[in-house]
Amino acid sequence: MATVRLESLTKMFDGVTAVDDVTLDIADREFMVLLGPSGCGKSTLLRMIAGLEAPTSGVVSIGGVAVNDVEPKERDVAMVFQSYALYPHKTVRANIEFPLKVRKVPKAERAAAAEQAAAALGLTDYLGRKPGQLSGGQRQRVALARAIVRQPAVFCMDEPLSNLDAKLRSETRAELVALHQRLSSTFVYVTHDQVEAMTMGTRVAVMHSGRLEQVGTPAEVYARPASVFVAGFIGTPPMNVLPAGLADGPDDERSLQVGIRPEHVVIDDTSSLRATVALVEQLGHEVLVYCQVGDTRIVVRGAAGGDAVARVGDEVGLRLPAEHRHHFDPTTGRRVDR
Amino acid sequence: MTVALTPVSSRRRGSGRARESLLALAMLAPSIVILVTFVLYPLGRAVFLGRQRCDAQARNCRTNGWGQYLDIAKSDEFQHALWVTVKFALLTVPVGVLLGLGLAVLADKHLRGVRFFRTVFSSTVATSVAVASLMWLFLLQPSRGVLANIDWLNSLFPVMKRPGLLNDPGTALTSVAVSSIWANLGFTFIVVTAGLQSIPRELHESAYVDGASPWRRFTDVTVPMLSPTLVFVAVVLTSRAFQAYGEIDLLTNGGPTPQDSTTTLTYLVYGSSSVARSDAGLQSGVAVLLFVVLLALSALQLRGLGRRVHYGNE
Repeated sequence: MATVRLESLTKMFDGVTAVDDVTLDIADREFMVLLGPSGCGKSTLLRMIAGLEAPTSGVVSIGGVAVNDVEPKERDVAMVFQSYALYPHKTVRANIEFPLKVRKVPKAERAAAAEQAAAALGLTDYLGRKPGQLSGGQRQRVALARAIVRQPAVFCMDEPLSNLDAKLRSETRAELVALHQRLSSTFVYVTHDQVEAMTMGTRVAVMHSGRLEQVGTPAEVYARPASVFVAGFIGTPPMNVLPAGLADGPDDERSLQVGIRPEHVVIDDTSSLRATVALVEQLGHEVLVYCQVGDTRIVVRGAAGGDAVARVGDEVGLRLPAEHRHHFDPTTGRRVDR
Repeated sequence: MTVALTPVSSRRRGSGRARESLLALAMLAPSIVILVTFVLYPLGRAVFLGRQRCDAQARNCRTNGWGQYLDIAKSDEFQHALWVTVKFALLTVPVGVLLGLGLAVLADKHLRGVRFFRTVFSSTVATSVAVASLMWLFLLQPSRGVLANIDWLNSLFPVMKRPGLLNDPGTALTSVAVSSIWANLGFTFIVVTAGLQSIPRELHESAYVDGASPWRRFTDVTVPMLSPTLVFVAVVLTSRAFQAYGEIDLLTNGGPTPQDSTTTLTYLVYGSSSVARSDAGLQSGVAVLLFVVLLALSALQLRGLGRRVHYGNE
């Protein structure tokens, strides 16, 4: 059993708050993604789980036991770093065996475990090489093999795919999901890439300025963003957010910011919301039309060759269907359900 | 037309190349002049002088042939000085590297006030050999030296008072070595500290999460990652040990006599009480042999240790 529970966790560095009163329950065998822009405190949160940073206040529990004063090695966690942190002077085999070696696992046993981990990640042919002789993707897999070799209860991963090229990244995403299912361990995965969060996470915790903005399944976070920040962070292009009073609607709506996903905006010349087309992006399978209403930019996503086709400079009408609208308080930025 | 043009263009290219070469030569000239004047000419002159017997001013010389190098190498004085030099290097280099490494590792922690210690540890780099030697002379001097007049130290080591650490043939070389280690510590400390700071933090963190003890992290991460730095420091310290002169001249004058316990090869070349002092030919001969020994030693160190060293991500 390896649930991870964070209670009112706060971390300050020289008076700067990196993590601000975060409470989060991570279930056993869950793939929890901590998502947010750089500097939002997600890595610090992960490092507190791994035991690399001590919380200023609050409690970290792993498997129901408070571990604030427990050394990393006793926490039964493994960590994969963005830079992979492989020992350049050791062979792949020695790198994978290292966590077992420091735990004084007998030689034959650790050799077998290392070979098994290497086989699981397709590294058998590279056991005798040094990390410098491997490609980025192979190094990344060595880092994963080193993490899985001692079968920890919790995996902490700090942007492990950031140093890979786009193609390898999407392949490795699928491999990581498969690995999670096979290992049935708890994964805590830090990323600033919303695609990784949406495709890999059982749940996503969106962070902003040290605080948790929203925790939910990828579908929930996309469909019902809890704040303007989440709405603007998830989705490519992100949700359009119109200042209060711009969109037509009932009076109680006019004091709120209105959010709407680009795929839900309809170009409809009968609509009273008039906009000028500023840019049209043809992406093959779809087309993005960037419209300007005063200072506000509204993006419309349409199927290629569909209704959304417009030309730069055209004046168009935009319809924002009521059932797809999201509402946010203009002062707090929080979601308002009407 | 094209046929007629070809020689013209190639001539142009040719003159362009010549101009380029001239320019390159002009730009290299200052370096070449310095190299020839201060390195190549003196080296050649020393090799030439080494086959001669001269007076101290190297004015009246007669050649003894290349065999003089063999005679010098076979002489008791040279072999004794070589042995003293080797002992001096063995005393100073390992201890110097280990102390510098130890202090650098201690000062690499993020502790309050660690900057003060970093400044103190690196301060000897700004201390000249003369100042360092005088300081140790004042510490060890038997009648008034601070260390030599601590009662309990005296009763433990009577040699400190009589005849004095620098005056006893058994302790003189070690005492000079201590002074030399102290003087070189700042250099080792700074270089090793720079090496430590270039080790990615994640390597330590990864080992820490994996359960490695501090000692294990030191032996499995710090030392291998630091190995190129340590080899560099060892080569430099060895070369300095083989060329140590100032501290010996100031502290012991190559003595105590008649054992010549601190007459190293460099002292044999320059020392005021050296037997080679009055003969520029002999001095050059010893100097050239020292150069050969040092060259061989550095090559051995770099090849021998270099094989076991991890250099970057190759």
